[in-house]
Amino acid sequence: MSSHPAIQKTADFLDRVFLGIKNTVQNFILLIGDMTLFGAQSLRLLFTQPYRYGEVLKHMEFIGNQSVGIITLTSIFTGLALSFQVYLGFKLVNAVNLVGPTVALGITRELGPVLTGLIVAARAGGAMAARLGTMRVNEQMDALDVMGVNTKQYLIAPRIIAAVLCMPLLTALFDFMAMVGCWFLCIKIVGLDDAVFYEKIAQTVEVYHINEGLFKSAIFGLMFAVICTYKGFNTSGGAKGVGEATNRGVVISMVSIIIIDYFLMNLIRIYYLMAGIGR
Amino acid sequence: MATNYKGEFAIQLTDIKKSFDGGKDFILKGIDLKIPKGSLTAIIGFSGTGKSVMLKHILGLYKPTSGKVEILGQDLSLFNSDQLTQFRCNYGVLFQSAALFDDMTVLENVSFPLEEHRRHLKKEQVTQIAYEKLKMVGLDPKHYEKLPSQISGGMQKRTGLARALALDPEILIYDEPTTGLDPILTEMVDNLILETHKAHQGTTSVMVSHDLGAAFRIADFIVMLDAGKVLLSGTAEDFFKSDIELVKKFVGKGMKH
Repeated sequence: MSSHPAIQKTADFLDRVFLGIKNTVQNFILLIGDMTLFGAQSLRLLFTQPYRYGEVLKHMEFIGNQSVGIITLTSIFTGLALSFQVYLGFKLVNAVNLVGPTVALGITRELGPVLTGLIVAARAGGAMAARLGTMRVNEQMDALDVMGVNTKQYLIAPRIIAAVLCMPLLTALFDFMAMVGCWFLCIKIVGLDDAVFYEKIAQTVEVYHINEGLFKSAIFGLMFAVICTYKGFNTSGGAKGVGEATNRGVVISMVSIIIIDYFLMNLIRIYYLMAGIGR
Repeated sequence: MATNYKGEFAIQLTDIKKSFDGGKDFILKGIDLKIPKGSLTAIIGFSGTGKSVMLKHILGLYKPTSGKVEILGQDLSLFNSDQLTQFRCNYGVLFQSAALFDDMTVLENVSFPLEEHRRHLKKEQVTQIAYEKLKMVGLDPKHYEKLPSQISGGMQKRTGLARALALDPEILIYDEPTTGLDPILTEMVDNLILETHKAHQGTTSVMVSHDLGAAFRIADFIVMLDAGKVLLSGTAEDFFKSDIELVKKFVGKGMKH
């Protein structure tokens, strides 16, 4: 029995659409699985001999120490801009005394870890993907392989662990400097009372709020380091391939940080409810 | 390899087949190859005949779809990845691009394998050995503290060879060592390979090359690949006497250069 041509055409079209969706979802799941395995294998190797703690320190210097300047600069201006917008809003409802605690909660729990993650993923993650990609296309990784050096242990694991360790430190710096920006705007520019500013923050912000942000930042560090090293490690196709790997590594890392942040936020909220923490 | 050869073989490939697309298309279509211990063997062939893929099987970087790879009497398929990594200390490889680590100096490049695998050695001993290897390949000490980007292509090849020799490997592999080099540099690298082989008696050297002239001049044995199979293997004389059309064509072209 032959169907109407228009129905057949629609059926073919839907067939192609669903096949495309199926392939995309399948490839996405495979990629996530592959990256997870890649990260887990690399981290396992960190605890097998020969230990690469010197390499970890070297990468911590690059990811952490060399990001201090950019984090300081961006965090101060983030604090200034955010505080001003919150001040303008709260002024309408006569609640300007709450600018400090509102900004502090927003920074420590959300903006601090997320913006630090985005900045460090772009700077250090991009550099990781480009460096590893270049090593791959220039046969330097093959050279390590045939020298009997485990490339994942030597190149990947130290970078991942360095990112995980550095991200909470950089986030703490971001939080502090953003609050310096907030203080400057509230006290020095719009002339709020500094005693009230401090008191309201002390009343509102708890240690677990700060820890929440630091915990999330470590997860973001793990994510961008695994994604960028994975992309760099699996580069092919010469200079063009290096460019693509770097681009994809950074873009996937940034998008993932923003998406995962939402789910982490909810998971942490559920944990607080179950543990009876917070209000 | 040489049918009348009765000694040990360093490398034995038995019916190696390799496909990257689940068996639709085979790059290697049943390679049988035996490379005698202590020989200098050249693997030649046109581009796309499977030379590099075969080399990666010898190095254990690829696993064959079917067949057996035995290196120094050990079946590579029986190794797990950690054992394979350790086993690779038996190799020294000079890559086409030299593949030097660009963030390390010449001396650090040569010291690196020693620091990785001779951990009992003191820093001074490592440096001493690295100096000896660099001297052996004829690199002037004034270049030892330079980065690879600060030295010429020929010097990079010398450094790459010194690094390949650092662990005194049993198998030395040269992956298209003269591709893209000018004739003078090509001759220099060929002579370096020959001198290194003579200076390291017992080491098995395998050179993958397009350069037939060099293969005839320096190799003990020559293997020619075509379409994923061994077309002919033997001495230079066997190649000159061969009636195979493709061999005659290749020999003719090789001798013109």
